[in-house]
Amino acid sequence: MSVLIFAELDEGKIKKSAQEAIFYGAKVAQMMGTSATAIIIGSADNTELASAGNFGATKVLHAADAKLNEPNGMAYATVVAAAAQQENSKVVVLAKSSLGDAMTARLAGKLKAGLAANVVDLPDLSNGFRVKSSIYTGKAFAYNELKADVKILAIKKNTITPEASDAAAIVEPFTPTLNDADFAISVKSTEKSSGDILLPEADLVVSAGRGLKGPENWGIVEDLAKALHAATACSKPVSDLDWRPHSEHVGQTGLKISPNLYIACGISGAIQHLAGVNSSKVIVVINKDADAPFFKSADYGIVGDVFDVLPRLTKAVNAL
Amino acid sequence: MKILVCVTSVPDTTTKIAFTDNNTKLNKAGVTFITGPYDDYALARAVELKEKTGASVTVLNVGEADSEPVLRKCLAIGADDAIRINAEPTDAYFVAEQIAAIAKQNQYDLILMGRESIDFNGGQVHGIVGEMLNTPSISPVMLLDIDGETAKITREIEGGKESLEAKLPLVLGCQEPIAEWKIPNMRGIMTARTKPLNVVEPSGTDKLTTVASYELPAPRGAVKMIPADEAEKLIQLLHSEAKVI
Ligand SMILES: Cc1cc2nc3c(=O)[nH]c(=O)nc-3n(C[C@H](O)[C@H](O)[C@H](O)COP(=O)(O)OP(=O)(O)OC[C@H]3O[C@@H](n4cnc5c(N)ncnc54)[C@H](O)[C@@H]3O)c2cc1C
Ligand SMILES: Nc1ncnc2c1ncn2[C@@H]1O[C@H](COP(=O)(O)O)[C@@H](O)[C@H]1O
Repeated sequence: MSVLIFAELDEGKIKKSAQEAIFYGAKVAQMMGTSATAIIIGSADNTELASAGNFGATKVLHAADAKLNEPNGMAYATVVAAAAQQENSKVVVLAKSSLGDAMTARLAGKLKAGLAANVVDLPDLSNGFRVKSSIYTGKAFAYNELKADVKILAIKKNTITPEASDAAAIVEPFTPTLNDADFAISVKSTEKSSGDILLPEADLVVSAGRGLKGPENWGIVEDLAKALHAATACSKPVSDLDWRPHSEHVGQTGLKISPNLYIACGISGAIQHLAGVNSSKVIVVINKDADAPFFKSADYGIVGDVFDVLPRLTKAVNAL
Repeated sequence: MKILVCVTSVPDTTTKIAFTDNNTKLNKAGVTFITGPYDDYALARAVELKEKTGASVTVLNVGEADSEPVLRKCLAIGADDAIRINAEPTDAYFVAEQIAAIAKQNQYDLILMGRESIDFNGGQVHGIVGEMLNTPSISPVMLLDIDGETAKITREIEGGKESLEAKLPLVLGCQEPIAEWKIPNMRGIMTARTKPLNVVEPSGTDKLTTVASYELPAPRGAVKMIPADEAEKLIQLLHSEAKVI
């Protein structure tokens, strides 16, 4: 009856968002008086697998079939569904991510599960199963009543802050039957900016808009991001103009992020932009126009010219 | 080729969300409802494929009568006919079941949806429909070309993109820049009036989830302004006051 957590790997390491998911799942297991099992798919060494225990999983099911080395939402969903059946899991937890999104829905279909996406808090089990989620692109929350026998929770970043112990999980190999149909999509090529901090995973984000005037000026944004170990993001016009890649664009039609710190440079703060970033813990706005709407949604603000302010901030960070 | 486009009727992106009835209902007073922005991309690509290959385009919405203006607008943009499943669309599984039932009757080659609805933002309906139909689902799709029986697709992934190929039929969740949003012209608006809009009663399961109540986020505290000539102070505050760096 354990709570099952899908823990996503990135190059053989458990992703940070997956650590949050494990910690979250272990808390839910505790509330339900049961244990937490993590399912990990793809190749990773034993120490890494066992480290799921640091975040509260007592057991790890490891599906290492070579066919699963490339992330594949459909096949991974089949594996997780099989694990849920084996463990008789009534609650399945995943972190929101590109892969997680692809799996969640397929899983819900397979398990006929009650599904809450964008979960932002632990469930309330005092009367049924109720869980809070973010809706209307961060403009509101819903308290969802999950009535199905099996429940799936897709949690947003920063829903919970994991505390690591030094406990190790027991690792068991898991070899479910795979469906050929799950391999019907063939990946021809992948383009990925490597080495950078993944935006959806980032704790700190430096973002810039049209106020930067052109792609040639992004150096000052990248310098500040590098000093902070932050990811970079941008507004929609910036990606529409091809100044920055589309995968960096945040807002209503882009990524929705919830980092600890979001620094907006030369972004006016249109409601569609705010929709993607308003659940950030701390928001800093730097804009030369004191009337820019973004200041109304900020925690800290500087009325000033980004070309002057950003290099000074970078210097100050390096001096910390 | 037969294409089904699934569309939502959602509050305009500039809407200030508010609730009534003890926070159990969206306050619709003064709210303009639009086609989901991502659904608009799906529709625009479907209409392009229609113009290029002579495909038929059906639009579908699971919703109550007040979503018909959105369906009419889709007809004006170029869809051939519309279906409305008469039910409140509050649970992704339930909505998917309705869409899958129609798809099983009509055998579409492509089911195009938005990457996510902008009300409940689950980004889930396409995957559940795919599962119900035993058909691959892919999202978010940025480029789509059809070459005979094969779809060539570019999909966004974290920090980049991926080129894919798969055989039809497929269920896809779409986003920019798959096509440019289309605006209906006068002729489209006129012909839309006579295109069929069929209302069908829902079938299938009870809802697996319901919303007990809604809540608005707590307002942010007052903004603390730092003079530009003391910009360095910001870093100190983020470090020692906000403790985020
Ligand atoms: C359906 C829909 C969906 C949308 N989705 C999104 C979305 O997902 N994400 C998104 O970002 N937008 C989205 N938009 C667009 C949104 O409405 C705004 O147009 C956009 O966010 C503006 O981007 P910006 O702030 O970079 O540019 P602008 O609005 O042009 O603002 C530039 C800002 O930079 C400031 N500035 C200029 N020079 C300097 C300087 N030297 N130093 C400091 N400040 C300076 C200016 O004062 C101004 O405030 C959407 C719109 C629609 C209709
Ligand atoms: N009520 C609905 N009627 C028709 N299509 C829908 C409905 N709800 C969601 N969809 C489709 O599914 C996509 C993803 O929605 P969601 O899973 O709610 O984020 C949307 O962009 C639509 O294309």
